[in-house]
Amino acid sequence: MTEEYVIQAENLTKRFGDFTAVDHITFSVRRGEIFGFLGANGAGKTTAMRMLCGLSRPSEGKGTVAGFDIGRYPEKVKRNIGYMSQKFSLYEDLRVWENLRLYGGIYGMKDREIAEKTDTVLRSIDMESERNTMVCDLPLGWKQKLAFAVSTFHNPKIVFLDEPTGGVDPITRRRFWEQIYGAAASGITVFVTTHYMDEAEYCDRVSIMVDGRIKALDSPMALRNKFGVSDMDEVFRMLAREATRKGD
Amino acid sequence: MKQFITFVRKEFLHIFRDSRTMLILLGMPMVQMLLFGFAITTEVRNTKVAVFDPSQSMETRAIKERFDASEYFTIAEEIRDVSRINDVFKYGEIGLVMVFSDDFESELHQGGDAAVQLITDGTEPNQASMITGYASNILAQSMQELSEGSGAPCRIIPEIRMLYNPQAESAYNFVPGVMGMILMLICAMMTSIAIVREKENGTTEILLVSPMKPIYIILSKVTPYFTLSMVNLVTILLLSVYVLGVPVAGSLSLLLLVSVIFIFLALSLGLLISNVVNTQVAAMLVSGMGLMMPVMLLSGLIFPVESMPLPLQCLSAIVPARWYVDAIRKIMIQGAEIQFVLKEIGILLFVTVALVALSLKTFKNRLN
Amino acid sequence: MSSVSVSRLSKSYNSIKALDNVSFDVSKGELFGIIGPDGAGKTTLFRLLTTLILPDCGSAVIEGLDVVNDYASVRRIIGYMPGRFSLYQDLTVEENLNFFATVFNTTVKENYHLIEDIYKHIEPFRTRRAGKLSGGMKQKLALSCALIHKPKVLFLDEPTTGVDPVSRKEFWEMLLKLKSQGITIIVSTPYMDEARLCDRIALMQNGKFLRIDSPDNITASYPYRLWAVTANNMHGLLNDLRACQYVKSSFSFGASCHVTIDESASAAMLDAYLSTRGYDDIGIKEIQPTVEDCFMLMLKEDAQ
Repeated sequence: MTEEYVIQAENLTKRFGDFTAVDHITFSVRRGEIFGFLGANGAGKTTAMRMLCGLSRPSEGKGTVAGFDIGRYPEKVKRNIGYMSQKFSLYEDLRVWENLRLYGGIYGMKDREIAEKTDTVLRSIDMESERNTMVCDLPLGWKQKLAFAVSTFHNPKIVFLDEPTGGVDPITRRRFWEQIYGAAASGITVFVTTHYMDEAEYCDRVSIMVDGRIKALDSPMALRNKFGVSDMDEVFRMLAREATRKGD
Repeated sequence: MKQFITFVRKEFLHIFRDSRTMLILLGMPMVQMLLFGFAITTEVRNTKVAVFDPSQSMETRAIKERFDASEYFTIAEEIRDVSRINDVFKYGEIGLVMVFSDDFESELHQGGDAAVQLITDGTEPNQASMITGYASNILAQSMQELSEGSGAPCRIIPEIRMLYNPQAESAYNFVPGVMGMILMLICAMMTSIAIVREKENGTTEILLVSPMKPIYIILSKVTPYFTLSMVNLVTILLLSVYVLGVPVAGSLSLLLLVSVIFIFLALSLGLLISNVVNTQVAAMLVSGMGLMMPVMLLSGLIFPVESMPLPLQCLSAIVPARWYVDAIRKIMIQGAEIQFVLKEIGILLFVTVALVALSLKTFKNRLN
Repeated sequence: MSSVSVSRLSKSYNSIKALDNVSFDVSKGELFGIIGPDGAGKTTLFRLLTTLILPDCGSAVIEGLDVVNDYASVRRIIGYMPGRFSLYQDLTVEENLNFFATVFNTTVKENYHLIEDIYKHIEPFRTRRAGKLSGGMKQKLALSCALIHKPKVLFLDEPTTGVDPVSRKEFWEMLLKLKSQGITIIVSTPYMDEARLCDRIALMQNGKFLRIDSPDNITASYPYRLWAVTANNMHGLLNDLRACQYVKSSFSFGASCHVTIDESASAAMLDAYLSTRGYDDIGIKEIQPTVEDCFMLMLKEDAQ
């Protein structure tokens, strides 16, 4: 294993009965990379992501995340990753700082460390004045910002983002991507799924899954050139049209 | 009408496709019935009897022998001292104390009336009354034998006393109690959950926007649960008669009538709950805590209402199930005619009408 | 005569104004889009129009029927697809469709022609439980169910949220076909790219309509010249553009940055500025603004 790669999947496969949800996918993600994980509904994205997060055991193949085998050491994998979904894993009835303290505590951080990190994090996302605000009173964009800060609070090596920008306004969506860039610049690897094809352009590399397999994997520009089209939307559509699988 | 039938069919599909619902609806009543039944009824066999017999006459000896010979009783002890009678139960061995009067023999032959006291342990009222039942039976047989022997008619009058729980009523208390609980549970809880589930899934939005009248929506939601409750009612009655041996003493049609009123009551309570809560969990909590607990604790299912402290007795008066359980107990066990349960029927009818009115009034034509 | 006519409609929840004095008209057979992020008030507006909630003030008339007073008649002529998937997950595709047909006093056979194009995609799965369908297929089934009673006005609340781009495109093709059959359609979406396909759109934020117009008019009225800037280091580019004193706004837009600059400045000046910052492969070309550019500008103006 090369030091440089923080996610490595080799023939990773997941079967449910006689249905193969994820079919021998092989790819690697470099440290500090923003990796876009695209695919149509039912292509197997969620299943693949669950395996990488140590939530689901692969039926076949091998996967290493943050240096740990996902089949053998799922608990160690979980300790070294952050996760954020569209539903923002925040407790609405807790205050901003209480949410941060909770997640710090869950990952076994020391009280003093939590206190210091809380200050830095709130400063970096410009929410110092909201420290005592209930999460339910925050605007959607701020919740999203906070949710991302929470998912990276314990300094994970990798953060998995599952459709993090669904339903937010275009300005907030872009600010969020700037937050992602910031995290990537500090060395955190970002693994992200999205249905916005313009966001695919912001990734260093993207993979497109069709029917449980990875049909394309490269930088957005290389993909556009390869298919001879002007945007990622068309790349995606050309590939997804080939899908035979309907529904899951 | 076609809308209604389609809706009811859909509702049945929901029930049949959810194995957990099916289990609760049909399995639980049987399990509860049998659990209660077998946990409480114990067979009377070789119950140890202590006897206080000051006269030691031929007659009393004959009676004792008859007891000893029966498969139900064994004479274990002769008590010499009256003051020991209350103590024998404390060792837990003796199930029945038989006390003959001082001059049993002369009473029997002169007056023709002789008293025997049968004292049982009332902490287990069901078993106690079963024991006294068997004992009275044997006494009656002895009486017949003695009458024939002497040529003169004589009577032995058993005086039954229960120590520790003198008010304990019939042995079959739990059957009406379990009926009340199960019908309440199936109708109120399952109906409210089924309606609230549509709220949670968002299908209520579509149904409200459809031209279907809300009254039809309600009726069609309620119909399957009414049907299933009737199935349950019949199952419970069959179980209690054929498996647990608790017969229906009174009129079956009266029993069914009261039950149908109670089912309507529970259904409208379920509707009312579904109108005020928005999540299945809340519906479960409200019907579970708000209905089940009072029914179990205050309707006389576990604790006889008569032996409750006064404040709890008053509280039990507002639990509709208590009146239902009372009425069923009267009809089923005591074989009471309709005139003796008019009060209960009246109360149940009144509450039902009030609940229906209230739930129709609170039903919302729109989202909150 | 307009199909839907809304006048000064308002609705508050506690102290939050979910809908603030909204007025608009939709003509018969129009495809009207309501574009805005979550929490803008789209769902509240839909629920008011579909008679599910009562307005605090203002009125709405659908096909001549008032949503408050004639709510029962309104319910007979509208089709509604709520934001969440709201069908019975434990019933099969076919059972759902038959059920909703009956609830709306019709049969699948009677209006099959209306849903044929949509339903034929999912017909092979008609015995599958709705809960086991993929996102795109659920949307198609929900649309079939909303259409089965041949409504005059169709309300679709975020039908394409969470659906992949291919299924989304298919879905919009279906809407365009329905429109051609004369059904008035009001649809909301958080995806700006879908706005292009509407006859007119309303841009919504914080319970208010920022603007109602055709997509072409909206993009045509963009007040500035818009430049698409590309260079070798895209992430650094955005920060450096922001730092530039005559750059008014700069947003990343897929493979390029969309930039507006002061009138006194020029593209050549921008090119020179970026060169001094060490960028290679600099590309600057003037482009037509998209709806998203316009919406972002309005959001910024609204915030000020």
